[in-house]
Amino acid sequence: MLRTAAAVVAGKTARALARRRGGGSAFPGLVAERIQPRILRRSLSCVRGGIVVVSGTNGKTTTTKMLVAVLRAHGRSVFTNPTGSNFTRGVLSEMLPQLPLSGRLVSDMVVVELDEAHAMRFIDEVPPTHALLLNVARDQLDRFAEIDHTAALLARLGAASTEGVVANADDPFIARAADAVDVPVRWFGLDASIADRLPELTEHDARFDDEPVTRQYGPGDARLRPVDERVFDIVFDDVTVGPVTLRQRGLAAMINATAATTTARMLLGEAFDAATAATALAAVQPPFGRGEVIIVDGQPLELVLVKNPAGFGVALSTYGTTPVATMIAINDNDADGRDVSWLYDVSFASLRERGVAVTSGMRAYDMALRLHYDDVHTGQVVPDLDTALDAFTAGHPDEPKRIFCTYTAMMALRRTLAARHGLAQFGEDGPQ
Amino acid sequence: MSTEVLEPAGPSKGTITLVHLYPREMSIYGDRGNTHALASRIRRHGYTAEVVLHDPGDDFRHDAHLFMGGGGQDSGQARVEADLGAVGPTLQAMARDGVPMLVICGMYQLFGNSFHTVTGQVLPGLGILDVTTRGNDRRMIGPVCLETEYGRVVGYENHSGSTVLGEGQQPFGRVLSGHGNNGEDGLEGARTLNVIGTYLHGPLLPANPMVSDALIAVAAERATGRPFEPEPMSDPLADEARERQVRRLIGHR
Ligand SMILES: [Zn+2]
Repeated sequence: MLRTAAAVVAGKTARALARRRGGGSAFPGLVAERIQPRILRRSLSCVRGGIVVVSGTNGKTTTTKMLVAVLRAHGRSVFTNPTGSNFTRGVLSEMLPQLPLSGRLVSDMVVVELDEAHAMRFIDEVPPTHALLLNVARDQLDRFAEIDHTAALLARLGAASTEGVVANADDPFIARAADAVDVPVRWFGLDASIADRLPELTEHDARFDDEPVTRQYGPGDARLRPVDERVFDIVFDDVTVGPVTLRQRGLAAMINATAATTTARMLLGEAFDAATAATALAAVQPPFGRGEVIIVDGQPLELVLVKNPAGFGVALSTYGTTPVATMIAINDNDADGRDVSWLYDVSFASLRERGVAVTSGMRAYDMALRLHYDDVHTGQVVPDLDTALDAFTAGHPDEPKRIFCTYTAMMALRRTLAARHGLAQFGEDGPQ
Repeated sequence: MSTEVLEPAGPSKGTITLVHLYPREMSIYGDRGNTHALASRIRRHGYTAEVVLHDPGDDFRHDAHLFMGGGGQDSGQARVEADLGAVGPTLQAMARDGVPMLVICGMYQLFGNSFHTVTGQVLPGLGILDVTTRGNDRRMIGPVCLETEYGRVVGYENHSGSTVLGEGQQPFGRVLSGHGNNGEDGLEGARTLNVIGTYLHGPLLPANPMVSDALIAVAAERATGRPFEPEPMSDPLADEARERQVRRLIGHR
């Protein structure tokens, strides 16, 4: 007990210090953990309404935000980790300011997004009540060498959940993992009427021997049924949530909303209210780097984070149809993924008509070369990000603009945009 | 199997048949970019490119002029094993006859004599390249720069297998930066006649078009019975991309 109190105090102090220095968010958690190694387990021991781990390759951040919003709209107090900080110590660091000296979090529910590897560390400490399994795609970050390995980690997360699993019916890796668990499973997926749009959401190259299974949807399972490009319904067997219009565009965000809603219903049971859920979803702001819009000289400039072939493909199909000036910035630092081979697993054909105004970043020439092989014209190749940004905004003063960028390129561009255009300060979001 | 025929802009000098072996099972880390690069360059040299995607169980194209194979996960390798066993003798004969082939990572290992797993299993290879690979706990990952007979080549390696060349087996290149075959002897890949095996993804060919041209030259001659008739071509983007990587990895040496 004393040891826990000491850990909480030390962690809070470290967090205050780290914040003053603008430092990273893992350190305070580390300090607290040193003093009381079981602090995470202890801190969550009084959470009664559910401990949910959201994992998968793409869409964790968006889905987590949506799930938390729906639960809170139902009057539940929910602890969650900050956007994008999908590692165990980040969870702990975020929790510290809310922890009383007893070290026990006072909250109805906990919803955390964790990448596959950190989810394993989390379940070693704390068995989650529920897991939400989104999808498996190859991440360009070198941490996971093989997609099969990623799938196996998510299967372990599902198997460790004590009360329920929510799973993507359209992802064969996820479906296989969820079919193997002993707890109840709720499924989400695309309505049969839009099954042909599945390739927009999945990575085609890893999906060969899996015949699409038509799964029988039962009570508590939900299908996504779009009304048009912006409006959609989430259809359960007995109730429909919607029509919903999100602030974020695209099919990927809609399926994330469907996943979040399916999970919320499983957690809330009888207390779930369709109208409350729809209102909450409509109010969710897009997370950092997912279609964030900045006004530059009177025109919208959109920053779109790209980190793997599936994600880049989804981003291109989400945004590709609206005519805008396009810039692509590719860095190859550790946080971006050092291997740029994955750019050849993305089709850039949708950019052919308008071309790309500027490529930038450390691998600006590799990106231009990639576009050249898809017969997409590149106006300028400018490795320096600030110079490229100036050339891009100066060259297209009267048009909406969009920049696809890897993580560290986005951080650098955002910093420059903040300095020049009074953009609000931003947090220490990690790549995810 | 699927086949796509890509015509050059002007009159065709002949048709070069390019077979990508197991594009679904053995193509991670952008390996399909190599086939893309070859096909587009064949066209730009004024030839017709017939691109064949060979899947397990398909009829094998004995008349092909050029082969490309990539890396795969363990599950991918398991899926191609039977087919590779069946077409293996033909591939061996074609390789001996001088057919150009580029095999990367997993397929490079399968083109060797054998693969020894961490658990002590010995998996036989096609023996087209005199190399032996041992499974490792250590993964060799990172950007690579090589000195090769085609000039400096850049790419990205990501493999846990550690490969050793047999007596007299030529490497593909000497490592200027990176791990190479095994992180010890400074050698990367292997080359026998016109078969190149390497660990370099990147993918390799877009940024190193001189390697593409070396493969295409042989393929064109085999396809037409005449010497290769290249079109003059400049590659400013590829040259700049490559030279920037060379400078980052080894400075101005
Ligand atoms: Zn590899």
